[in-house]
Amino acid sequence: MEYSNKLLLKGNEAVVYGALLAGCDCFFGYPITPASEIAQTAAEKFPLLGRTFLQAECETASINMVMGAAAAGRRVMTASSGLGISLKQEGVSYIATMELPCVIIDVMRGGPGLGNIAPEQSDYNQITKGGGHGGYKVIVLAPGSAQEMCDFAALAFDLADKYRTPVYILTDGVVGQMLESVTLPAVSPRRESPEWALDFKVNPRTNYLTSIYMEAADLEQVNIHLNEKYALIEEKEQRAEEYLADDADYILAGFGICGRVIRTAAERLRAEGIRAGIIRPLTLFPFPEKAFRKHMGHVKSFVSVEMNNGQMINDIKLATDCSRPVSLVNRMGGNLITVDDVVRHVRQLAQGGK
Amino acid sequence: MAEVVKFGRPKGFFETFERRPGSIKKNMSYCPGCGHGVLHKLIAEAMADFGIQDKTTFISPVGCSVFAYYYFDCFGLQVPHGRSAAAATGLTRANPDSIVIGYQGDGDLAAIGFNAFMQAANRGENYCVFFVNNAIYGMTGGQMAPTSLLGQKTATSPYGRNALTEGYPLKISEMVSQLESPVYVERVALTTPANIMKARKAVRKAIQINMEKKGFAFVEVLSGCPVNLKMKPADMDKFIDENMTKYFPLGVYKDVTAEREPVVRPVPTFEKADVEKALYRELPGGDQEHESCDSEIFNRELRIKIGGFGGQGVLSLGLIMAAMGKYRNLNVSWLPSYGPEMRGGTANCAVIVNKGPIGSPIVDSNCDLLVVLNRPSLDKYLPELGENGVLMYDSSTIKEVPAVKPGQKAIALNTGDIAEEFGNLKCANAVMLGAIGAMLTKHYLTPADAAKFQETAEAAIAECFAGKDKIVKMNIEACKLGFDKMQAAL
Repeated sequence: MEYSNKLLLKGNEAVVYGALLAGCDCFFGYPITPASEIAQTAAEKFPLLGRTFLQAECETASINMVMGAAAAGRRVMTASSGLGISLKQEGVSYIATMELPCVIIDVMRGGPGLGNIAPEQSDYNQITKGGGHGGYKVIVLAPGSAQEMCDFAALAFDLADKYRTPVYILTDGVVGQMLESVTLPAVSPRRESPEWALDFKVNPRTNYLTSIYMEAADLEQVNIHLNEKYALIEEKEQRAEEYLADDADYILAGFGICGRVIRTAAERLRAEGIRAGIIRPLTLFPFPEKAFRKHMGHVKSFVSVEMNNGQMINDIKLATDCSRPVSLVNRMGGNLITVDDVVRHVRQLAQGGK
Repeated sequence: MAEVVKFGRPKGFFETFERRPGSIKKNMSYCPGCGHGVLHKLIAEAMADFGIQDKTTFISPVGCSVFAYYYFDCFGLQVPHGRSAAAATGLTRANPDSIVIGYQGDGDLAAIGFNAFMQAANRGENYCVFFVNNAIYGMTGGQMAPTSLLGQKTATSPYGRNALTEGYPLKISEMVSQLESPVYVERVALTTPANIMKARKAVRKAIQINMEKKGFAFVEVLSGCPVNLKMKPADMDKFIDENMTKYFPLGVYKDVTAEREPVVRPVPTFEKADVEKALYRELPGGDQEHESCDSEIFNRELRIKIGGFGGQGVLSLGLIMAAMGKYRNLNVSWLPSYGPEMRGGTANCAVIVNKGPIGSPIVDSNCDLLVVLNRPSLDKYLPELGENGVLMYDSSTIKEVPAVKPGQKAIALNTGDIAEEFGNLKCANAVMLGAIGAMLTKHYLTPADAAKFQETAEAAIAECFAGKDKIVKMNIEACKLGFDKMQAAL
């Protein structure tokens, strides 16, 4: 039988395919709309390869199962949406402190509270600033297509291993639910257990993993070490896609589905004679400050396009030292932002000479 | 035969506790009269005697034994409060050959971690749990535990535990033994030498069950906390033997060790051929990889929206069109309405096809092709039709000719009636697909692309209804029928 690596997949399916191709060994999760296809696809595909899929009894259990499997030296992932992620955060704090690599997917829905199941991007602050208790951070990747959901799985595992940290794949219900053409990458070989793992097959029993340090001096050292790591990540791992940005008067910024909307909006604005471009952050922590700073000189203003109450906009202001105006185009409650919304906003800016 | 240790430290402990910060490296951090030291010793001795230290992970909980990993000469993992059973599940599933020892207090296991614990027991996870029940919270300073006895005064039950307000002490061994999966459940006490010898036997048995991969083994240990119970060590033993055992009787609650077979977990594969077989798409034949479309309409985003009632096959019509695009190596996106809106009776989806990259997958304006199968969708989506857009609608449900703007086209086919006559109303969407094919053939496709329409539609239908041969056949026929009827009408 001949095989093709070109498939039509939902974003939620593609991320599981990407993870399995990247050698993910275990999946632990709990169903939640609009992320459930991730668990469903994992339930179907992991056992075909003798790998572990387990539906946990709750979100807290699932993240602690992730902790156990990561401690054992395996590539492991979980997935949820906003409110489920809130429940996982305690475990993520421990995992970040113990420096265990793992991948967590958040397919954002409407909030706060139970909110609704329509797409939103309101977990931005929660995820990019750490999320749980204590001063830790996590790498946050922001895919905007089914192809990137697939490709970023491998990237997430590699970064998780490289920096010994949890890595989030943060996207929204649209990207999760959308079906697109995906070209699957090649199969990665199994990643052997790292030297710090609790795996007797490769390591002596001297290893132990903990996050309790009773001495203030010791805990401060742990924090210093973690923050040095985060500084290194901020230096090395910023990623962003730029499009039509080099001569732009107006730079639109958005991630996930908004990254797609602003691309089309920029093209329409260009057709009207307004020089618009985009920066689509592919990493949200580290925030791609360099990309924004690069264009500070020629840009009249930045526009943050977000499906939330305006969260990323603050990172744009920080990245640019508030040297240029930053305005917001946003919708909340699960409403989509249309290309028209963005075009109209920028047209007004241009007419006002702002 | 391993060396029998009569006095001194079991070999399962470190000689010096180097993991412990500060200057005290020889002693444990437990209070005088505390049961943890005794239980630690029994476990350490068993680990060493069985020769399993290299394979063992000891999970330290939150509670007084949070630092257990200072002492045990094996792998150590310290976990959040109550999450021991979940972490153990992750460890043993990830590495089924490892020995995993869970060690939890009454707050950790029976209060905050009760669900995780019971669920792991119910799944029969292959690990053993030692449950230290001393009827009090130790680490936080003497608050009420789920196992505190009725009338017991603690920092948070200063008037004595009252069944009407705090409920009854939880009988964990009794509960666990009611589950099907657990292999072995026993309650022991660390009081008299005879009781400690029974505890020793139970500890060894539980670990042995883990080594033999027979599943979940559980030992509840009634243990003293003289500091927080404000008792002298001698009174402590009396309290356990006389008060606690009355409510928590000692003994074996379940033992099906003899009839249990070892748990066998699958061996994961990472072989290229296996992974490709599981994830890649089977090619039924023909060289699809080099297919291409030269018709001009695919040189930019072709924006399609489909609307109708739930059950009319709106989403699958979109999926089939998306799959057709994929077969011709175009980029495609398909975005459904999902959730309650869909369940509530109306459904729509957006499909975009393009040779180049696809921007926003949302079609809410500038729609090139609007396909509507019911009246509400027509009213809702017609304003989204672009300047030179084409509307195709089912004239068996939409009787009046829709008013389109100059430049726009409205094309009708009674797809519902045709499908009903054909024998299955559910095929109306396939009839519409054929109609779309005829319309594209007449106005937009190159002869080469038009010649491929039916073949591509068949492949896409076969993919979308994979495994349902009858439905595939029916839909292919309905598609042909729609094509012919539309061609005749145009």
